This record gives sequence, structure tokens and C-alpha cells, in this order.
Amino acid sequence: MIALLLRDLRLATRAGGGFGLGVAFFLILSALVPFGIGPDRGALAPVAPGILWVGALLSCLLSLDRIFALDHEDGSLDLLATAPMPLEGTVAVKALAHWITTGLPLILAAPVFAILLQLPTRAMPMLILSLLIGTPALSMLGAFGAAVTVGLRRGGLLLSLLVLPLYIPTLIFGAEITRRGAESLPVTTPLVFLGGVTLLVLALIPFAAAAALRVNLR
Amino acid sequence: MSLWEYANPAKFMRTTDRVLPWLVVSAAICVTGGLVWGFLTPDDYRQGSTVKIVFLHVPAALMAINIWVMMLVASLIWIIRRHHVSALAAKAAAPIGAVMTLIALITGAIWGQPMWGTWWEWDPRLTSFLILFLFYVGYIALWSAIEDPDSAADLTGVVCLVGSVFALLSRYAVLFWNQGLHQGASLSVQSGERMAATYRHPLYLSMIGFGLLFLALVVIRTRTEIRKRRLAALQAQEARA
Repeated sequence: MIALLLRDLRLATRAGGGFGLGVAFFLILSALVPFGIGPDRGALAPVAPGILWVGALLSCLLSLDRIFALDHEDGSLDLLATAPMPLEGTVAVKALAHWITTGLPLILAAPVFAILLQLPTRAMPMLILSLLIGTPALSMLGAFGAAVTVGLRRGGLLLSLLVLPLYIPTLIFGAEITRRGAESLPVTTPLVFLGGVTLLVLALIPFAAAAALRVNLR
Repeated sequence: MSLWEYANPAKFMRTTDRVLPWLVVSAAICVTGGLVWGFLTPDDYRQGSTVKIVFLHVPAALMAINIWVMMLVASLIWIIRRHHVSALAAKAAAPIGAVMTLIALITGAIWGQPMWGTWWEWDPRLTSFLILFLFYVGYIALWSAIEDPDSAADLTGVVCLVGSVFALLSRYAVLFWNQGLHQGASLSVQSGERMAATYRHPLYLSMIGFGLLFLALVVIRTRTEIRKRRLAALQAQEARA
């Protein structure tokens, strides 16, 4: 498992791996929003939590198809499927690798972009905390979408169509936590809900994704 | 005699051949009856004539949710027992469900404009229906994207299962996110509170009619899918010969 994780991380960080693209996309998005809304602090601050969360969601979406597509093309996915490790484990490790290469940089970069969007400083801990809890679910759901669409030509658009509705609960609770953080309100309830959603996803989705992979490799 | 006999496509075709005319005729009678009767009801003292859209709105919304449940059951039957008719029925039901969701959304908007003063409000019920519509669209798109029919049935089945969990989750997450403008259920089994009988009876008839209409449509579409499957098999045979 660790070998697979290291291999995926190495592939993602070497040339052509697309590492950092998500963060760059996030940066562009955060820079474009003020042009659309206007530079006014009073207008930007209320929408900042939502924009940041939607931005994180979209940047995460950007690199989803790479989770399985490249391995499917060169045949290493077939080898992984016949390896002694259960396919569910493979899915979980690949989702983890995706989170480390996409989710983690997003979390580290988010406070900087939050400053661009005039998010109040007191909301920063909540923003980081909510992203830390929420983004693993995004990667895992994305792995499911990637597993379903791996054999398809033009699967990319379909992937977003399938995965985005699944992101709704995470988005709702994540943005709510950040908003409450900005207004110094208690955050326990949405925090517990967000954690619940993430745990449910981590527990169940590997099985669904592995089932989809088996169909696609048949 | 067991229910699973109908999983045999030939048996399914024979049975539906006999049942279908009755189904179509009774659906037509109930739908037109319910809608015409509903149209002839007196105006509501507060809502005026706009109340009449309820005879289209409520049955469509009811079907929109129940069709997804039917697809879930059909997908489960396919995944567990691998009956092809079941998978084809789920495939056949999806566009009907999407249209029902759309009808519910559009009639709701037409009613909401004079009553709430807005076409659209991010109300939990409205939002859940929009999300349900997105799930329908994704499901249909996936069916049309995969060439091999068995893999398509498998993958859409898994997506339907996961989608059901998340549709339910989103329903309650959305409640958390925004408190509603939409009124509660007009018909409820638990609470004694009911709408007046003048409106209730045509509404029941219309609901039955929509249920029958869905059954008739899904049977017709499933039959088409089976014929399409047979045609493909014949063509493959011919190509081999």
C-alpha cells in the first residue's frame, strides 16, 4: 500500500503530472471573483466563504480523471486489480494520493486566497478546519466518479456531471462552518455533520468505486 | 408461480401485451378525468384560480420521487439477481422521472410567481428537486455514454445506489442550509388537517392517473428496449453468418 502511495505521489509530482494545477486554478478563480463582484470589502467578505469552498471543489474536480485514467491506459490498473491487495484498498490509496497532491496544497493555499477575498482573519482557523475535514470526502467521491467513467472516451464532462451533485452536502456544511467562523458563531453542529458525511463517504465509497472498477476492467 | 417469472423477457412481453391496452386506457381516463374535474373546481378564496395547478404539480412531484425509488429497486434487482428486464425498466424509467421532476419544477414556478411573488426561491423543497433533477440527468447521461449494455447496467446501478444515499443526504443537508418558504404537505396521513374535499377528490384521481400513466409509459419503453436488444442480437447473428 505504501509502495503504491509513493508511486502515485512520485508520478503526480514529476513532469506532466499536473501537480499544482489545482492550486493555480484556485488562484485564478479567487483573482477573477473580485473583478466580477467589485473590489468593495463589504461586498466581498460575505461571499468569501462560499467562493472559497466552491473554488476548492472545482480545483479538486480538475484533476479527478487522472486518478485512474493514466493507469488504465498503460495497463497498470489491470495489474493492480489482479494484485493480492483488495481493489477497495487500491481505491482508498489512490484517493489518498489524490488528496495529498490536490487537497493538501489547496488547504495550505486557502488562507492566502482568503486574504484576497477579504475573509475576516478570525474565520481562518474554521476555513482550514472545514477544508481539512471536508476535502478527503471530495477526493474519495471523485475516485468513485473516476472509477465509473474510466473506460469512457470523453469521460471528463460526464465525470463532473456525476460527481458535482454528490459534493452538495460537503459544500453546504463546509461553507456553513466557514461562514459561522467569520461571524464568530458556534460551529459544533455543522462540524459534526461534515465529519459524519466524510466518515460515511470514506467507509462506503471505496466499495462502490471498486465495484465500478471491476465492471470497467471486465 | 413466482414473481421472478416475469424476469423472462418473452414472458414479460406476452403479459404486457395483454395488460398494456387496459393500462393505457385507464391512465388516459384517470389523467384527463382528474385534470378536467380539477379544472372545473371553484376558485380558492385566497389563491384564486392558481390553485388548479396543484392537480398537475402534486402528482408530478409524487411521481418524480417514486420513480427514483423504483429505479433504485430495479437496480438492486439487477445487481443482485441479474434480471435484464429489471435493468431495462430502470433505464426506461429515468427519462420519465426527469420529465416529471421538470414538470413539478416548472408548474411550481408558474404558481410561485403570482403567489410568492418569485419564480424561484432557494427553498429546501425546490432545491432538493433541482438536485434530484441533476441526479436524473447524470444517470441518463451515463446510460447513453456506455456502449456495452451489461457494463452500462452495472455502472448505472452502482451510480443509482450511491445517488440515492446522496439524494437523501442532500435533502436533509439542504434543510439545514435554508429554512423553507414552501408549504408543508397538503395531504398527510398522520395529521388530520386536510384540504377541502372539493379539491381532494380530483387530486386523488389525478395522482392515480399519473401513477397509471407512469406504469404505461415505463412498460412501453421497456418493451422498446427489449425489442432493441433483440434487434441488436439478430444483427450480430447476421454479421457472424
